[in-house]
Amino acid sequence: MTTTTAEPEVANPKTVNPVPSATIRFCGDSGDGMQITGDQFTSTSALLGNDVATFPDYPAEIRAPRGTLAGVSGFQVHFSSEDIFTPGDTLDALVVMNPAALKTNLRDLRKGGILICNSDNFQKSDLDLAGYDVNPLDSQVLEDQYQLFKVQMTKITREALKDTGLGTKEVDRCKNFFALGLVYWLYGRDQEPTLRYLQSKFSNKPEIIAANTKAMRAGWNYGETTDAFTSSYKVEPAQLPPGKYKNMKGNTAMAWGLMTAAKLSGKELFLGSYPITPASDILHELSKFKNFGVRTFQAEDEIAAVCSAIGAAYGGAMGITTSSGPGIALKGEGIGLAIMLELPLLVINIQRGGPSTGLPTKTEQADLFQAILGRNGESPMPVIAARSPGDCFDAAIEAWRISSRMMVPVMVLSDGYIANGSEPWLIPDYNKLEKIPIHHPVPSENGEKFKPYQRDELLARPWGIPGIKGLMHRLGGLEKQDVTGNVNYEPENHEHMVHTRAKKVDNVAQLIGLQEVEGPETGDLLVLSWGGTYGACKTAVEQCQEQGIKVAHAHLRWLNPFPRNLGDVLKRYKKVLVPELNKGQLRMIIRSKYLVDAQGLNKIQGRPFFVQEVVAAIRGQLGLASANGSKPTATAAVSGIAGSGDAGG
Amino acid sequence: MPTELPTLTPADFASDQDVRWCPGCGDYAILAQMKKVMPQLGVARENVVFISGIGCSSRFPYYMNTYGLHSIHGRAPAFATGLKSSRQDLQVWVVTGDGDGLSIGGNHFMHLIRRNVDLKIMLFNNRIYGLTKGQYSPTSPLGKVSVSTPMGAIDNPLNPLSVAIGCEATFVARSIDVNIKHLGEVMKRAAEHKGTAFIEIYQNCNVFNDGAWDYATSKETKHDNVLELEHGKPLIFGKAKNKGIRLNGTHPEVVELGKGISEDDLLFHDEKAPEPTLAYLLSRMRHPEFPEPIGVFRDVDGPKYDVELNRQITAAREKKGEGDLNALYNSGETWTVG
Ligand code: SF4
Repeated sequence: MTTTTAEPEVANPKTVNPVPSATIRFCGDSGDGMQITGDQFTSTSALLGNDVATFPDYPAEIRAPRGTLAGVSGFQVHFSSEDIFTPGDTLDALVVMNPAALKTNLRDLRKGGILICNSDNFQKSDLDLAGYDVNPLDSQVLEDQYQLFKVQMTKITREALKDTGLGTKEVDRCKNFFALGLVYWLYGRDQEPTLRYLQSKFSNKPEIIAANTKAMRAGWNYGETTDAFTSSYKVEPAQLPPGKYKNMKGNTAMAWGLMTAAKLSGKELFLGSYPITPASDILHELSKFKNFGVRTFQAEDEIAAVCSAIGAAYGGAMGITTSSGPGIALKGEGIGLAIMLELPLLVINIQRGGPSTGLPTKTEQADLFQAILGRNGESPMPVIAARSPGDCFDAAIEAWRISSRMMVPVMVLSDGYIANGSEPWLIPDYNKLEKIPIHHPVPSENGEKFKPYQRDELLARPWGIPGIKGLMHRLGGLEKQDVTGNVNYEPENHEHMVHTRAKKVDNVAQLIGLQEVEGPETGDLLVLSWGGTYGACKTAVEQCQEQGIKVAHAHLRWLNPFPRNLGDVLKRYKKVLVPELNKGQLRMIIRSKYLVDAQGLNKIQGRPFFVQEVVAAIRGQLGLASANGSKPTATAAVSGIAGSGDAGG
Repeated sequence: MPTELPTLTPADFASDQDVRWCPGCGDYAILAQMKKVMPQLGVARENVVFISGIGCSSRFPYYMNTYGLHSIHGRAPAFATGLKSSRQDLQVWVVTGDGDGLSIGGNHFMHLIRRNVDLKIMLFNNRIYGLTKGQYSPTSPLGKVSVSTPMGAIDNPLNPLSVAIGCEATFVARSIDVNIKHLGEVMKRAAEHKGTAFIEIYQNCNVFNDGAWDYATSKETKHDNVLELEHGKPLIFGKAKNKGIRLNGTHPEVVELGKGISEDDLLFHDEKAPEPTLAYLLSRMRHPEFPEPIGVFRDVDGPKYDVELNRQITAAREKKGEGDLNALYNSGETWTVG
């Protein structure tokens, strides 16, 4: 923002400031259409070639009381000319549609940032709902600290749409597109992709297309022609690896990954699912693809959902169930049965804030213990976690590769943050993806009786399916004799089977490769992360490395089993820091398994990490003062042993 | 080319596992009938799957030389729905009990029936929890004294057939473990039905609830307490076939034939009635006020979830062609770098 380029040939000369990246947030009432506005800004920026990362944040209620703090819905977009991995810590620009949005979001706007307010919505009643005694727009404080733009969005939108014949209510619904148009101008974005979106989305409602188009153009023109804005910004395309891209949401990537895995293994997909936030979008997405042989079953409850998927798996299908923490709790007994039956199954948990109903629309990583330990008896299962929206695609495929190879249910962890967030996705060529070979046994030629629990070198049993002559066998949840699969209660047999099932899961480590580390091979500090905190941890470590700190980053993809070399990796660093959006679940496992004095950075606020929180924790671990003397907005707590010193501060 | 099915005998359907029910348990008779009926159904053994939950009855799959799944408590309908929806070539039987099917599994029972998935359910009703040693069940009568109700049960029992009919069942029947011929016939009818076929089987648990069905099984009383339904025939019962059921308004009443009442005055059974009213009325006839009907209460056709699901798959493939993943990946807005 230091260079200004004069463009004298333009009639109304306004400066265009090149910036490497920007983070903006649209926020307003949950009925103000902020999610769609953010979505559009994201797709358009991605189409321009920026790297993008998003953070939609909305209330649990479909329509929380209008104008209240609880009803504020926001959508944050980080777009950049460089490779980025997080939706950004602080905002360069904030658009607020009402006082409640201002009150709840202003703290994230950096000093000197752009603040655009719909001043029409700052009436006495709006201010009351947000708990403002006086209109903050009238105070000098905002003017002094930010670049404040008070825009009469409602009035101008009404004026622009007065000839459309639409009622005031419909007209007022278009003001988010006014805001979108204005921000498009501010960052030099093309309006074309959104026009295309309107055309396809509302093809049978021409009046809606016309109204939103007018509102968006009015917003753009407001920036271009009024004197309010004297300059705009430009973010050049990012140098992503060459290829064709599309903007991808985590849950969509998960659904497509599942479909791809099915096809790669020559299986038809059966999803048993029950609606739950934030996992339902996977059910919605998969239900569209019946011509891919995808069967989706909206079950009567979470239990029926997992059981139906196991039934389908018994029949030879790719059985899947999707849910979030509360639903996974209900599925526990069913998952235990799948472990006992030794059938392949994918259990997908899009984590949210808990316990109980908790924070349905907010993100958290607190279901790791549930994934690894949350069933009765000795019932281990492999657990994999996706690290970013696009990575959900690969995690789904890898999970199925392991599940079908090892005859074991696999838990796939995602979270609300990556499920709803999006990023550019390098479109793969299906034909170049590695196939997933699956063999079903056929009767032996010498007429020998089928042995459903005879194991191969990795201890996987054969997947014998009904309909095959000569393989008739019965499976069940009672303990069984190895090899024959007959019910067996003998003490030694039970112990043998418990060890065998555990050993089988451990054997997954032979298929998943070694733990890789980004940064120095040895050093002062290793940051060990898993799941959706990947972006914040990676970015934080890179920033610290640039400052000359000897810190490395290891991101775990498999949480059970761990890569074979993880113990060695941990011992190569003087300290280990485990940032998690929970009270230290991975840390506790690492400490107990490897006897390493791992420290935690823990945040349990329903929100992802800020990069600066991780940076501050890294510096703190190494006894360094905070970088540039800047005070991070960190709210996460560094802690050692669980239960001590990890109160938020 | 259809291959000829080999002629099988009941013994071909016996698995190599020792049957472990208590001696004298009613389950033995049901198992024997099933093995006897199986060869008559024209379905290859490898295409038959028995799925059960937890309870004495749920050991059933282990004893059939077919495919089988002994699952978890109450959930057999859900496993069966997933299996049948993805494998239409299989004939799937659900074996459950009054505790498994109506208590812990009540929700799945209800939804399986309303979906009319092409499955057969046999509910062994012994009015007690056998495997867990004698607690009262959702079909135990009021006042039932058991280990968990020493002063008598104080919750109203469920009527399995009324529940099934209330859930829009397309096939509802009742039989009795010791009425072996009748039981076999009802099993065959259930197998022939397209859609969910529900059979309640009165089963004696001689260890924890011996004699619960004596009124319906003992030589002396059974003719007065049981009425065998036949489609299109009047409702007649009694050893001398001299009693019948007549409708008085919307209420059934027991009448004696002769004395000015002829068969034509009686209620005629119509298992094909499109409305479930008659079947429901029959399900409400309980001992001791009425003889309890056995046989097929209702046998009508309706949309089947598994069939419709697969029809949608076929229709989608015909309309859009087999899914193409590369086309999907490249759909919508894309951009190219480099
Ligand atoms: S407890 Fe009752 S139902 Fe169970 S096997 Fe024994 S007699 Fe049969």
